[in-house]
Amino acid sequence: MLYNEPSPLETRVLSRRFGKPNSASIDTYLADDGYKAFLKASKMKPEEIIEEVKASNLRGRGGAGFPTGMKWSFVPRNSPKPKYIVVNADESEPGTCKDRLLMEYDPHQLIEGILIAGLSVDAHAGYIYVRGEYRYLIEILDKALAEAYQKGWLGKNIQGTGFDFELYTHTGAGAYECGEESALLESLEGKRGVPRIRPPFPAVVGAFQCPTILNNVETYCAVPAIIRDGGKAFADLGVPKAGGTKLTCLTGHINKPGVYELPLGFPVLKLIEEVGGGIRNGKKLKAFIPGGSSCPILTAAECEGATMDYDSMASRKSMLGSGGVVVMDEDTCMVKAALRIMRFYAHESCGWCIPCREGTAWLRKLLTRFHQGMGTRTDIDLIGDVSRNMLGRTFCPLGDAAALPTISIVEKFRQEFEDHLDGKPCPFEHARHMVTV
Amino acid sequence: MADPVKLTIDGREIHAAPGTLVIDAAKQNGIEVPAFCYYEGLTLQAACRMCLVEIEKTPKLQTACTVPVAEGMVVRTETPQVATARKYMLEFLLTNHPLDCPVCDKGGECELQDMTFRYGVGESRFTEEKVHTPEKQFSPVVFFDAPRCILCYRCVRVCDEGLGVKALGVINRGVVSEIAPNHGDHLECDECGACIDICPVGALTSGAYRYQTRPWEMTHVGTICTHCADGCKTTLGTRNDRILRGNNRDRSGVNGEFLCIKGRYGFDFYDHPERLQAPLLRVNGKLEEVSWAQALNAVAQKFNQTLADGGTFGVIGSNHTSNEENFYLQKFAREVLRTNHIDHHRTGDVVTLLDALSGKEGKLATVADLYERKAFLVLGADLALEHPLLSYQIRANYRHHQAHIYVVTPGAVREDHYSTVSLRGRDYASLRDKLKAESELVVLFDDSYKGDDVRKLVEFGESLGIPVKYIALVDYSNSRGAVDMGVAPELLPGYKPSGQPGMHYGEMRDANLGALWVVGANPLKNGAQRKAGFLVVQDMFLTETAQQADVVLPAASAYEKNGTVTNATGEVQRLKRGINTMGAKPDLEIMGFIAREMGAAAALGPWTPDAVFEQIRKNVRGYQVPLPVLMTGGAAQTMPVNGRIPVESRPDLVHSDHNGLFASGTLGRYSKVLNSVMESRLRR
Repeated sequence: MLYNEPSPLETRVLSRRFGKPNSASIDTYLADDGYKAFLKASKMKPEEIIEEVKASNLRGRGGAGFPTGMKWSFVPRNSPKPKYIVVNADESEPGTCKDRLLMEYDPHQLIEGILIAGLSVDAHAGYIYVRGEYRYLIEILDKALAEAYQKGWLGKNIQGTGFDFELYTHTGAGAYECGEESALLESLEGKRGVPRIRPPFPAVVGAFQCPTILNNVETYCAVPAIIRDGGKAFADLGVPKAGGTKLTCLTGHINKPGVYELPLGFPVLKLIEEVGGGIRNGKKLKAFIPGGSSCPILTAAECEGATMDYDSMASRKSMLGSGGVVVMDEDTCMVKAALRIMRFYAHESCGWCIPCREGTAWLRKLLTRFHQGMGTRTDIDLIGDVSRNMLGRTFCPLGDAAALPTISIVEKFRQEFEDHLDGKPCPFEHARHMVTV
Repeated sequence: MADPVKLTIDGREIHAAPGTLVIDAAKQNGIEVPAFCYYEGLTLQAACRMCLVEIEKTPKLQTACTVPVAEGMVVRTETPQVATARKYMLEFLLTNHPLDCPVCDKGGECELQDMTFRYGVGESRFTEEKVHTPEKQFSPVVFFDAPRCILCYRCVRVCDEGLGVKALGVINRGVVSEIAPNHGDHLECDECGACIDICPVGALTSGAYRYQTRPWEMTHVGTICTHCADGCKTTLGTRNDRILRGNNRDRSGVNGEFLCIKGRYGFDFYDHPERLQAPLLRVNGKLEEVSWAQALNAVAQKFNQTLADGGTFGVIGSNHTSNEENFYLQKFAREVLRTNHIDHHRTGDVVTLLDALSGKEGKLATVADLYERKAFLVLGADLALEHPLLSYQIRANYRHHQAHIYVVTPGAVREDHYSTVSLRGRDYASLRDKLKAESELVVLFDDSYKGDDVRKLVEFGESLGIPVKYIALVDYSNSRGAVDMGVAPELLPGYKPSGQPGMHYGEMRDANLGALWVVGANPLKNGAQRKAGFLVVQDMFLTETAQQADVVLPAASAYEKNGTVTNATGEVQRLKRGINTMGAKPDLEIMGFIAREMGAAAALGPWTPDAVFEQIRKNVRGYQVPLPVLMTGGAAQTMPVNGRIPVESRPDLVHSDHNGLFASGTLGRYSKVLNSVMESRLRR
């Protein structure tokens, strides 16, 4: 049973097996040519695997978009220390819900991707760090791991290739911050989930002080296809400098919300109108978050001609992010949207560094008061100012993630802030529905 | 050492060792980069974001506390961008700060105040409700006021890394993150107060000091802690002849900023209600308060009479009075009372160690060696409890230089956590091969190694073929000085044989002496009855011995006098008078007055500490230490002998009291703070 009907506009590579009966079981995975990419990779040299990944133009799907092949090549393969493969399955970015489907419908695709990553850097152990709220996924994953061990796709001398690999699942405890890679590693090691000072980066000093590859679930899931069909084939699906497809989570005031696998470079308006079936109740588009709440918000005008890829979003001073698209219609109160976003970040700030800890809490209080009609004209500038004082000065990107959307909302929707002044009630209070961020 | 790196900070070309952090390179060249969480010697946090600076070719501001210097790097610390970042970082910090400076203990010496004054904005734009949580008490001495906390994690780090205790952590997250004990609602720790000391703001405050004074009202007197033999420098904050706190923020002395609970809070015995403030004379079988003149006269008369009658004198000195007092006392005993019956409670076999090392130079380790040398062999002692400074130094050495630590002790000790080898028992000889592979070694042994054990140990050490240094661990602030000064029946100052050894400590206690003079000791503490015909006691309290005395003379504590003391590692340091307690006199002065009353003062010379120290410098080998070092609060190591000590070794007289962190003999019994805390229930 799928959560949403597939769209004919999709290019289904990672999600090719979504909706098939028993798609999570190893038998159906093997029947669909599963693990063949691993066997192919086991005969390749580690450098060749990394070259293939580089050729695919695959970029990290967690939000930062760092080229995956390059990241893998930073791991010192000659280090005497053990190396680790760590999977970031702490999918917590508001609006993002793709990794859970990848793990729910096709866990063996993830395992295969991890194994190939292991081959590329001579790692023999891996951890899947799953967000605590995805408890039901742990059962699915543990079952998949057990099957893989049983059928000889994990453990010692996998399928006679001489390659050993142990894979474990580990649950988070409900902290958004643990999706930040170094905080994830701290948490994985059993410590408080706060980020580490970088450099050194995890590729050199990662889990348990050892070289580590750390990628998002979707990134690993793309790897089997890359090895199977070749890096170039995957790259050709997307646009230059950003290969392949991206699972896009369409949420908000849209007729057909859901997760759709679309090639990179897919036009935004086509995404809303054709894939998503347009805005609910025939309303007009007001604002658009391209990839999770951390991205600067786009106005309807800015969506004209925009495509879902790194460069197009960067040229609009936003980010492709994690693929969590939030569509907001004309009835949305942008002050409330900013407040809702800030409430999330204030709640999730780990408290480590001053600007994020104090700034997010300040903004939450300020926006709450402002939305209640108790704001002053100077508060409008203050919201932007406080955000800018956080921006670029925090320990980890969480502060930026809180500041960027707030700055963009204040700049682009200033009039709505003015409309809340002088004790006036929220002009959108009649529209009961809220943005689902 | 690698070639220095050349970089530019604020337009100045500077050189720094590779690996130096930008913040340190700047500081070394007189450029201040403000920071709260950066703390030399502790792990990096980069949490306070105050040290953000501009580095050319990096788009964002960088934390100077995490970036190491690089060749050709161009750093700017005073640009408008940096100034703005600092200004608003302070604005953030003050948003939830209660701004209760007028009633805050830290007011006047608060880093947050200073930073705000220098770098902050004049007014706040924060008009929301502040986060408030009520104040908590973590232990009898540690209070925590969360709203004042800026979460720099210094306390968490110093407890974990500096002390090896890990009593503090962080709970909650975001703006309600809070420092909290790791074990429920209270601290299970050494109660050393390092967390309070290191706190840049008034979040952690001391139960002993809080709400007593404003910092600027105090006089600060750097002196030496009187409790254990490690010889920590403590800076007493005094006001109106009261000690209000002890700390060592200026990091002078052998201990840097380290102090244990005794050094930081254990000074309060001076103010105990039972403190003697007038001489006592036994009249009709009862001790009655009399004037100093009466008391001194009674002592002098009796001493002169005993001399005239040809009676025997016994003198028991102390292991916590000053070198000057010990020197003067033994001179008094030998030249005026004409007796060699003089001794003190010996707590480590220093005599055998020095004898075994005769003819060798540079064999005694200093406190600094413990931080610098590469390997350590700890025998018998539980350093963390009995010698907190030495333990701290070795721990810091392990953290910063990965020193190798070999532990051979009867039970589990804190050093086990980072030792290379930990053995239970006494079989250090089995470590021979491992120790031979080290490049150098420092051996620390307690009183369970004495006499022939010490000789064997030195033989073992010298056979390893590497440079080895030794420390004979002793108790109390001047155990080492007491032997050096010849407060022993068989030894004169500087370990010269006395010729005719007199009675030792126990013998004097049990002998029918004509007169027994006890200075700062308590020989009758175990319920023994006095045997001497006449008993004079100089002490701060009416101890078991003083209760049986004929005359009790109220003595000043170490915080109430000048002089010098010698610590376990043989380093001489200067005591400086911090306060006066009405009625009590320094032991040296009391002795001088007795000599004067007896008409014997001329033979002994002047009884001011400086004059007696000059005599010590002339007469005791190794004490020719440079005076400027002492006068400026420094420490100078002494090697008081370097040849055979031709006396019968008396290891049978050596026994340590093994005082833990919260005990210190008589002084500890009268300290309110030491009696209020409980030994940690944590396993080592």
